[in-house]
Amino acid sequence: MMDKAAKKLPSETSNGNGATNAMLPSDTVPSQPGAVEPMMPARVNACWSCRGPVMAGDLFCSTCEAVQPSRPLDPFARLDLEPGFEIPSEELDRHYFDLQRKLHPDRFATKTSRERAISIALTADINTAYETLQDPVKRAITLLEMQGMTIHADGCNTMSDPVLLMEAMEQREALAEAKSLDAVEGIATVAGGEKANCLAELADAFGKNDLSTADRLTTRLKYLIKFEDELRTARARHSQAP
Amino acid sequence: MLVIPKPPEILTETFPETVMTTLLQIHEPGETPALHEGEHDLAVGIDLGTTNSAVAISHDGRPEILPGEDGSFLVPSVAAYSEDTKALPLVGELARRALLEEPESVVSSIKRLMGRKAEDIKSLAGTLPFEPAVGQDGDEEGGMVRLKVRGRTLTPVEISADILRALKMRAETTLDHAVDRAVVTVPAYFDDAARTATRDAARLAGLEVLRLVNEPTAAALAYGLDKNAEGVFAVYDLGGGTFDVSLLRMEKGIFQVLATGGDAALGGDDFDHAIAEYFLAQRTEGNSSHALTRTEVKTALMSARLAKECLSSAQDGEWVIDTDGATTHHRLDRETYESLIVSFVERTTDICRHVIEDAGLAPEDVSGVVLVGGSTRVPLVRARVAELFGREPLADIDPDAVVALGAAIQAEALTIGSDSLLLDVTPLSLGIETMGKITEKVISRNTPIPVSKTQEFTTYQDGQTAMIIHVVQGEREMVSQNRSLARFELHGIPPMTAGAARVLVTFIIDADGLLTVSAREQTTGLEQHVEVKPSYGIREEDMARMLRESMEHAKSDMSERLLAEAQVDGERMLVALGAAFSADGDLCAEAERDHINRVVTHLRDAIAGADRDTIYARIAELDKVSCAFAERRMDRGIRKALEGKQVSELTEDDLSSGAGAGEDKKGDDIATAR
Repeated sequence: MMDKAAKKLPSETSNGNGATNAMLPSDTVPSQPGAVEPMMPARVNACWSCRGPVMAGDLFCSTCEAVQPSRPLDPFARLDLEPGFEIPSEELDRHYFDLQRKLHPDRFATKTSRERAISIALTADINTAYETLQDPVKRAITLLEMQGMTIHADGCNTMSDPVLLMEAMEQREALAEAKSLDAVEGIATVAGGEKANCLAELADAFGKNDLSTADRLTTRLKYLIKFEDELRTARARHSQAP
Repeated sequence: MLVIPKPPEILTETFPETVMTTLLQIHEPGETPALHEGEHDLAVGIDLGTTNSAVAISHDGRPEILPGEDGSFLVPSVAAYSEDTKALPLVGELARRALLEEPESVVSSIKRLMGRKAEDIKSLAGTLPFEPAVGQDGDEEGGMVRLKVRGRTLTPVEISADILRALKMRAETTLDHAVDRAVVTVPAYFDDAARTATRDAARLAGLEVLRLVNEPTAAALAYGLDKNAEGVFAVYDLGGGTFDVSLLRMEKGIFQVLATGGDAALGGDDFDHAIAEYFLAQRTEGNSSHALTRTEVKTALMSARLAKECLSSAQDGEWVIDTDGATTHHRLDRETYESLIVSFVERTTDICRHVIEDAGLAPEDVSGVVLVGGSTRVPLVRARVAELFGREPLADIDPDAVVALGAAIQAEALTIGSDSLLLDVTPLSLGIETMGKITEKVISRNTPIPVSKTQEFTTYQDGQTAMIIHVVQGEREMVSQNRSLARFELHGIPPMTAGAARVLVTFIIDADGLLTVSAREQTTGLEQHVEVKPSYGIREEDMARMLRESMEHAKSDMSERLLAEAQVDGERMLVALGAAFSADGDLCAEAERDHINRVVTHLRDAIAGADRDTIYARIAELDKVSCAFAERRMDRGIRKALEGKQVSELTEDDLSSGAGAGEDKKGDDIATAR
């Protein structure tokens, strides 16, 4: 099973409310990659409202029903999903909507200012997690980081793969030389197929827990998605041309 | 340059939230609370439009427009000011009629100036039906636009407040009940400045804004609930002065905005101006020395509006401009008219294309197009929209009423409860100025709100102890091309080598689409925390003065809201303690319980009274006397958790969660960040 200790994931540290490394409770420092899950007693927090016990992870106090503050969680745990590369979008949406139905600020319009503030922080964190998991590149990076891989600041390991580098150069050259919208569409079809393949291979690599392959494929996927932007620009250029 | 001032104490307390309440029960999450007769103020929905406004109310999910005494649904967004500077202006149809007779005392289309700075409107000069004041104290950098009307100098916020006050009075007359709370709609493409200005206007009119809702989203809510629509819908909203398009997914009561776009200065007014210019060019033809008078321009605009409305059904017509001793006749046919406005219509369809692309969709993925706003009656608009989406747009709800109806549904949802939920996005990217005057994006457009993002910044010079944080909104790369929202300084950074400091800047956009920025330097552990609510020309002290001066709620406004807040906090305490006794009553000996109950009675009395300080004193007292009981409950809870749950039964969350103390700290941070 995956190491679930609260790590400084980009998606988590980049969301606000002071949820940064320095703010993490001292006992949630990331454990070593691949460490065996520690045996710990269940955690009990004090409810901010009735000051009684609340099981960690409960969204609401079981005694007084007060909404409980947000806490550092990886995006999968935040949306109550098993970590994995393949998440059907309907399932992601269902979990997201279920949480929003309970926690959205509109549900707290007549509650105390504390509850409203908690609701904003919780739904902001949920929205960030949702955005992360919707995006295959961010999802893959999250999974890699959760398993202790270091990902470079720009969101991907540098293009050290000579095959990919070559492929990228050739594709860009072809696009620059495309004379018509049809030619652009032709390149787009090929790139679309490659993206689908890459996603399938990536799912396979994560399934086998082959992290170095997953890392390489993530870089490739990132490039292919960036290339889609370039295709869009090229398409716009050709469709405007008289 | 602005050093961020700490707002006066009373003001930070008075307006910390956009939501206030008198609802005292606590309910199951998601459960719909019942409304007790007379306990509540009514909450209405208001569409504050460029040309027309409307107010509506909803009961049991069925919204209706509140008509005026004459039965009219719409209130023209026009205010006419009289000589008597103390008197409230005339608002609505009567003011609109005064537009011709005394144009200098009438203001229309004020929405176009909401949140705009004095320097912004230079580009609009000549297109506005009113005269901006020049050389006023509001003209300093960042100052708000001011208008000179009949010896008064008014901000757009004050003029909008006058219109909102008239809508509030209409609702109170029709319902025969006080109305203090409202959901107010804004164009989805309004920036933070215009949103804040709208909220301030409502506050000035004595309305507590429960939520600012984007106009296309409100329309989708009304349309979707009425027609049981499911799937991806586009809402094309072309009003008098603003254009919005939103793509929404509607599914089982969830209204999820996928992408939104628009132009906050594009609407039917532009059609009027195009026609008026055409007429005036004809009028002055062969007489280029003729200087147009203000009356001539206003008359031409009135004729242009009539022509526009007429040409929605007729193929051609003739209009007469009879003023300033000259009578001219102007023929206009549909084809010429359409050639005058086609560039505006094409701008809207271009924006639609971008929004569809932003959502990662194609036009054929859209299962319906809902038309909103009076300007969608124009045949060319309908034809171009139908062409773009490959289907006839839906217009089976009155495009002038649908936004107010949606706002009313949302007002009911916020106060009474609802099964439906709006999930909206931020229309514009937010960023910060970095070296070279380049915008560094922190939150991209179409990010679901609420959203909170933190970015780390550092110093670029050795020994630098202060940092300027300049917040901008917009999609452009250069800072100067985007809207400047706030500029503040973070001081007290310990002198270090360049790049060693760690300054975390946090942006929070709440469910109203309003921004809060805070920053902290945390290298030394000595944390500095500043936060800023961007403000636009209206300084908080001016706001307080205006509130004082506005007649109806001179004293009540602030103190009542503070009291209501205290009452809600007190009730929360009582509910929590009651629940604790039901769960763990056996942990409390009789004598202790009696003691607690006495304080409970005191708190209850205080809540029934009108003094917030007493309420908070009683809350603190109750907190103190029930402290030992709470500790025993915690002990029991921890023991139970250790005994009762085998490790195999534990969820992953149990194993990964943090300690209570750390989380509490976080919660408090959030509370202060508001």
